[in-house]
Amino acid sequence: MKQYTFRIKRFDPEKDAAPRWEEFRVGMEPVERLLDGLTRIKDELDGSLTFRRSCAHGICGSCAMKINGRNRLACQTLVKDMPETIVFEPLPAFRVVKDLVVDMEGFFGKNEQVLPYLINDEPPPERERLQSSEDQHRILQSITCILCGCCTSSCPVYWADKDYLGPAGILKAARFIMDSRDTATAERLKTITGEQGIWRCHSIYNCVDVCPKEIDVTGHISRMKRLAIRKKLRS
Amino acid sequence: MVHFFDTVIIGSGLAGLRASIEASKHGTVAILTKLYPTRSHSTAAQGGIAAALGNEEPDSPEWHFYDTAKGSDFLGDQDAIGIMCDDAIRTVIELEHMGVPFSRTAEGRIAQRRFGGHTRDFGAAPVRRACYSADRTGHAILFALFEQSHRQEVKFFPEFHVLDIVVEDGRCSGVIALEIETGELHVFNARATLVASGGYGRVYATTSNAIASTGDCLGILFDAGIPLEDMEFFQFHPTGLYGLGILVTEGARGEGGILRNGRGERFMEAYAPTIKDLAPRDMVSRAIMTEIREGRGIGGRDFVHLDLTGVDRAIIAERLPEISTFCKIYMGLDPSESPIPVVPTAHYAMGGIPTDVDGRVLKDEKGAVCEGLFAAGECACVSVHGSNRLGCNSLLDTVVFGRRAGMAISDFLGKAERSEIKRDFPEKARAGICGLCAGAGDEQASSIRAEIRKIMMEECSVFRNEEGLKSLAVELKTLRERTGWIRIKDQGKVFNTEFLEAVELRNLLALSEVIALSALTRKESRGAHSREDFPKRDDRKWLKHTFAFKSEEGVKLRYKPVTITRFQPEERKY
Repeated sequence: MKQYTFRIKRFDPEKDAAPRWEEFRVGMEPVERLLDGLTRIKDELDGSLTFRRSCAHGICGSCAMKINGRNRLACQTLVKDMPETIVFEPLPAFRVVKDLVVDMEGFFGKNEQVLPYLINDEPPPERERLQSSEDQHRILQSITCILCGCCTSSCPVYWADKDYLGPAGILKAARFIMDSRDTATAERLKTITGEQGIWRCHSIYNCVDVCPKEIDVTGHISRMKRLAIRKKLRS
Repeated sequence: MVHFFDTVIIGSGLAGLRASIEASKHGTVAILTKLYPTRSHSTAAQGGIAAALGNEEPDSPEWHFYDTAKGSDFLGDQDAIGIMCDDAIRTVIELEHMGVPFSRTAEGRIAQRRFGGHTRDFGAAPVRRACYSADRTGHAILFALFEQSHRQEVKFFPEFHVLDIVVEDGRCSGVIALEIETGELHVFNARATLVASGGYGRVYATTSNAIASTGDCLGILFDAGIPLEDMEFFQFHPTGLYGLGILVTEGARGEGGILRNGRGERFMEAYAPTIKDLAPRDMVSRAIMTEIREGRGIGGRDFVHLDLTGVDRAIIAERLPEISTFCKIYMGLDPSESPIPVVPTAHYAMGGIPTDVDGRVLKDEKGAVCEGLFAAGECACVSVHGSNRLGCNSLLDTVVFGRRAGMAISDFLGKAERSEIKRDFPEKARAGICGLCAGAGDEQASSIRAEIRKIMMEECSVFRNEEGLKSLAVELKTLRERTGWIRIKDQGKVFNTEFLEAVELRNLLALSEVIALSALTRKESRGAHSREDFPKRDDRKWLKHTFAFKSEEGVKLRYKPVTITRFQPEERKY
């Protein structure tokens, strides 16, 4: 058991005019997750500490936050990999609701712009639509997105302009555009090549750097750029 | 704020979403979830969804039916099992058409793998029946259903915590919920209400379940006079990561993984000679605990090894990437190189809110229906899983019976009158909030919760006995008294999770009491309920479902016969 300092940026809209910092000393086993430490603070030291959490093993995306300057999942970061003082802040670029909880409505709203569902207007066959393993592999990365928000909130373009579709929104469009069963590529391309779409991406790679599922988000955006250019040249 | 919807669905996992797609064809639908829809715990399901597609080798719904009935230790109702297995193929094909990105065979068909208890020719050998998307099948289906539900203009209310489900004079008229961000109470008047709120693994200290899996709606309905069925049957998944309880899919054994004890022996050969490591979960969990108890854990300690070192590295990378990542992150090991330390982990509630095969909630063991109230998914007990669920049958259950509940709701809406929640219900909810927040004692909800989870694990997990269950009941009573002295530090309205955890604790405690009493009373061993003092199954006395009711004098138990149509109970050997 080793002692760590959890330095947490706190904000209670009913009490605080501005965010404030608070420190807690927490005893942790090396194999424990940062989420375990936050939970210990809430259970034993200060019940009012507020953060989202659910699955606790990196599949639901609830506990995304900025930890030591980098967006990550608290449940997927072990304390043994951290220095003795660990700094927790809410995800940047989203409105803070309370402590480490941010408003995700705008983030989820971005997805709705890209028709985020499989579209295939041909009558379905009696059995499954066939898809080669190679074609399935083309969407293998994009389907693992858990919509935690780490990528979009780490994107400097999004920091500057909240109307930007953002890496997660474009990745969702790519997930369907690259699915051999989907037939709505033209409509989706129209959305993501608009003013707030792919051309605003400057390939800064922050999204790739922070993605807890190790998705090459920028690579997907680049693929969409190439596809858009090819279509344009052909027409 | 007051809302009016034709249908209100509580929970946005697979069952709730599949039902919403059906119900939204016939009226307005609201889905309430205390998380965001894509955070629902269905997303953590890994290994697959069962259907006898026969894409990899010959298979039939009849074999699936037999395996499910036998897996349930013959407590499953066979009318319901028949419906589920007959509908499985159509269900999986429909999911594929909706966009689920299943893994594929060389011919481009949905890929299938072996899973525990699924066999060909009525138990002859394991069969490839689990349709999968690597080891992220739940996530893949959840996203596809969420996307299609969204397309149908279902109205989502994320981060709404349900405080009450209004049942009056045998009729459900809607839901009272707290908007977590603002602390505001909302009244949802509904002609039909579907409870699809998931499981309650959080009653146990070691569990694969999400922190949100606290069984809130079961606690609420039990309070409102709705019975709970077969609560003594709680599944322990054999392979949870040691020390954490995080699930390692049975698909790992389906792909060739082997369980080994401290002597390096493949011990399942002794417990299930025919299908070995792919025996049903109750048997494998008991085998692991027996090895540990008899000193054959790894180094004499309290875990065994799941050995994937003999499985082709490429197969692990292709079909088990997620659990490989878990092993690397949480255990610091590469499953291709080192065996994984595992221990049974509380995983799935076979019991729950009793329903008929169309999701209508039953008021009693005779089959009377509570009008306007439906349930589906893990929170419900149809019962297809009886006393032990087979892997891959839960995803199938949620989608098959979620859809059927949605269709039954559509029928019901045609004849249902509009109902309105009387004002005293939100008043009661408000008074409840104030009462809890004004508590002046010195108890912390978190410490009571930790004790419940610890004693449930000690006395009511894989093995149980009378002495332990009796002392459990006494300890739970003491803990209930302590809940009267809970003090909540956070008195704010905005995102007050300390308050909500105290609400969840109430439900965890009520469910623990029902589980403990149901388990103490059932004097036999069947499926996941294994009594050391009554080690045999006793069909003469106990081939029946437990129905627990709340009464003035505490929990009362009554019983309901099992429906047997096709397969008579037989000795369960694998």
